[in-house]
Amino acid sequence: MLANFTHKFSRIIFSSIHTTMASCRRPEHQAPPELFYGETEARKYTSNSRMIEIQMTMADRAVELLALPEGTSSFILDVGCGSGLSGEALTNRGHFWVGMDISKPMLGIAEEREVEGDLFLSDMGEGMFFRPGTFDGVISISALQWLCNADKKTHNPPKRLYKFFSTLYSTMKRGSRAVFQFYPENSHQLELITSQAMRAGFTGGVVVDFPNSTRAKKMFLCLFAGLLNPQLPTGLGTGSQAYSGQVTNSSQRQRFRNLKGKSLKKSRDWIKEKKERRRRQGKGDYKPDSKYSGRKRSNKF
Amino acid sequence: MADPTVTVNEMKIREVDFNPEFISRMIPRIEWKALYEAALSLDVVGNLSPELITDYEKDEDFLKEAHRVLMEVEVIKGFLICPESGRKFPIENGIPNMLLNEGEVGDGPAQSEALQEDDSMQ
Repeated sequence: MLANFTHKFSRIIFSSIHTTMASCRRPEHQAPPELFYGETEARKYTSNSRMIEIQMTMADRAVELLALPEGTSSFILDVGCGSGLSGEALTNRGHFWVGMDISKPMLGIAEEREVEGDLFLSDMGEGMFFRPGTFDGVISISALQWLCNADKKTHNPPKRLYKFFSTLYSTMKRGSRAVFQFYPENSHQLELITSQAMRAGFTGGVVVDFPNSTRAKKMFLCLFAGLLNPQLPTGLGTGSQAYSGQVTNSSQRQRFRNLKGKSLKKSRDWIKEKKERRRRQGKGDYKPDSKYSGRKRSNKF
Repeated sequence: MADPTVTVNEMKIREVDFNPEFISRMIPRIEWKALYEAALSLDVVGNLSPELITDYEKDEDFLKEAHRVLMEVEVIKGFLICPESGRKFPIENGIPNMLLNEGEVGDGPAQSEALQEDDSMQ
């Protein structure tokens, strides 16, 4: 372990002072993942029943968002598999999986728990090492944000993100999905991630579950590999929005959203959302929404 | 025999339920020749066919041997070896260490291709 310190920044030495998962500071600001998830933290992480429950729920939701064919076993990649908690959600559904993680202690725990997946010690920012078209799907729970930090002098986050996404793309079968549960620190980070994913050839968007609850809100980046007109799943807890007079079959229509999960500017959705926003803010006196809202007008007007 | 792509110091055989449909779907994703050579290196060839046969989906004996080698043989200690660069990736406790060293993180496609080339399923 001592040898690891010789080529890292000096701040790393200070972060070896014990930090807890309950700390308000983001883990990825405290240390690189392979040091943060050292022996002690790995043990704590995997014995904290609340942590386990949260991870399992997110893993189950991620697998659901993969929309894999029913009744068959698929071959899935789990990026940042850690101690194998999310992998178990895959095994429970009869799928086979490969897991990769940068933390040796976390993988050691997965090994001890005798998880079914095949494990690899690797750095996602260095690229994937699998043959093209290997996987039917990819999941990743709470791992993507680690790629956004430069943990070494030589690290260039956008480059590492691109390396990751571009090599990931080729390991996926055409038409398959990659679902990432993650916690973006800010909109800049979200933009960084989605732009590199798009550069790599992915389409998709962000699904937000329970957007109105600070506690329950979860974000899933859903990426499609080689799908022409993907339909983004709807977030949980979004229910029927506060639009009045909503057209009844609108939920069946394709939602063309940009990768930030926002409606395209000037589209019917965007107009309705803007009206609703301003109503909530108490501004202006807008006519109730109807089938005419946002309808294309001819040039005669 | 070609240069080995995997060498083993310690190996484990475990039992896994046979799922012929899954195995059939995985076979097109594998470089069969590499799998066979790896099986030779590990001395677990048994009745594994050296060539990919036509209509393998219907041949249960073929699938059972593929299943045995793909799913039931586990390298605990050994090395994965890149056939292009010769770079060795150590396997410890059943887990291959694919972490690159400082000088190895490349920019060009040629280098990353070499690093992706070496794998056959364990």
